[in-house]
Amino acid sequence: MNPKARTPDTDEKTEGGISIPGIGLLQGLRVVFKNATRKRITEQYPEERLTVSRRTRAQELVWDPGRCTGCATCAKACPQGNIKITTSVNTQNNKYIVEKFESDEGRCIFCGLCVEACPYEALFFGRSYERSKYRRAELIADMNEMSSDKKERSAYYRPELYDQLPEQTLLVYRKHKKVL
Amino acid sequence: MIHLPECGVETFSSWGRDPLESGWAIENFWAHWGLFGVGILVFVLTIVMGFIWFERRFIAPMQLRIGPNRTGPFGLLQPVADAVKVMLKEDIVPAAADKVVHFLAPILIFVPVVLMFAVIPVQKGVGLIPDLNVGVLFLVAVGSIETIAVFMAGWGSNNKYSVLAAMRSVAQMVSYEMPMAFAVLAVILVSGSLSVQQIVVEQSIPFALLLPLSFIFYFICALAELQRTPFDLLEAESEIIAGYHTEYSGMKFAMFYLAEYGGAIAQSAIITTLFLSGWKGPFLWPGLWFIIKVFAVFGVIVWMRAAWPRVRIDQLMGFAWKYMLPLSLINLFVVAIETIFWDPVQWWLVPVNIAIAVGLLSGWAGMFKLRGGAQVESQG
Repeated sequence: MNPKARTPDTDEKTEGGISIPGIGLLQGLRVVFKNATRKRITEQYPEERLTVSRRTRAQELVWDPGRCTGCATCAKACPQGNIKITTSVNTQNNKYIVEKFESDEGRCIFCGLCVEACPYEALFFGRSYERSKYRRAELIADMNEMSSDKKERSAYYRPELYDQLPEQTLLVYRKHKKVL
Repeated sequence: MIHLPECGVETFSSWGRDPLESGWAIENFWAHWGLFGVGILVFVLTIVMGFIWFERRFIAPMQLRIGPNRTGPFGLLQPVADAVKVMLKEDIVPAAADKVVHFLAPILIFVPVVLMFAVIPVQKGVGLIPDLNVGVLFLVAVGSIETIAVFMAGWGSNNKYSVLAAMRSVAQMVSYEMPMAFAVLAVILVSGSLSVQQIVVEQSIPFALLLPLSFIFYFICALAELQRTPFDLLEAESEIIAGYHTEYSGMKFAMFYLAEYGGAIAQSAIITTLFLSGWKGPFLWPGLWFIIKVFAVFGVIVWMRAAWPRVRIDQLMGFAWKYMLPLSLINLFVVAIETIFWDPVQWWLVPVNIAIAVGLLSGWAGMFKLRGGAQVESQG
């Protein structure tokens, strides 16, 4: 037995050993009151958007058609079987032509295995997070959408992109925008 | 042709003192009845909305949040939006429910809350029957009707957990009514009147200072009656689903919500009138002082909600019966002796009574050491 086991009674005792009943309750009130004077951390979302992490696994895939060889490693790596890739052979230069490349973002679990599997660094995570759609069919991203120039590439598994991306805003360092 | 009784002053007199002596009152009986009847309903519903908004906005900074701020300036219209939403929701009655009881419970829980305002004076002579000669008795009696409404809600739902919650709720409310009544009795002894208005008139020193122990006990009992933190274990939001009104939805649920906040106003108003000298205060209009004090009392309740954990059911009952009931009896005895020997209230009784309160509270608390497992282990 540990003789110095913390008894419930020692919690209420002050340093002099005098027990003041209810002192814990008053201390609780004081702590809460001190909290009320602190800066509030709620993000005012539509007005105020935080920069996401540079290595975010955000809710889209970005595809680089110039680098893609049509090897379909990503499709094999996908645990959901979610990436559809169809290729045909270009006999002149002995290369694959990617005819169809699409993934259903409604089924994607954003595990990042396809990005990690790609041997030619042709597949990236994007940085967008407002990806809600009105129809399920709209969630299926086709070749044109995935290779769009508007999409930002995340530095997830692509460390060479890391320095180009803006720093993530942490709630503690953020300048508070007053929308009350 | 409806025969209206030609009674102005006579009817009032039968209820207590002549209202015309006490200032602001309407001579016509029915005009008075209509004005204040509608006035109380409007007052309760408005302040309920005010309280809901106030609680959400006031508790937010303590939790480093902002609170509702989208609907209207400072989120002031949030309670309105909530009310509209809840009125449009489907009203579901469980198939095996006792339909009549299930229907009556939400009404019966709201009615006593409104009734309590009948005797509360917003200002001298302003109120439905502020000078009722059994006003405090009326408050205690009407307040205890809520207990049966709670049990009706639990029983009518035909849900075993609702019944269990309702039974525990009833046990809690009945237990805490006892020390509450003793706390009120001390106030009656000192003021020498059962009329709520007369009690305020008598308060040259706020009774919160003169009778600190009664004030603290009434406050605790009010929290328990309202089932607010730290006594909200029966409708603990984070653990169980609201207890006895689990099976209610739509407007019926809103009635429980309304009654909860209406009860909060009523108890804040009673604390204000009985212990914080009601409408009295410098500079401002008396009615405004009353509302400021009511909101201040509720602010303290919300502050406690932000800070404190809730008690267990055995601690809850033990606190009522082993701690508060004997102490409130001792307090009543002390106050009775003081009243006999120093009948006009003496100012030096304030520090004396505060010292007695601190001594009694800490002395009695010394008899309740926590006997946790850790201590037993260290002894072994």
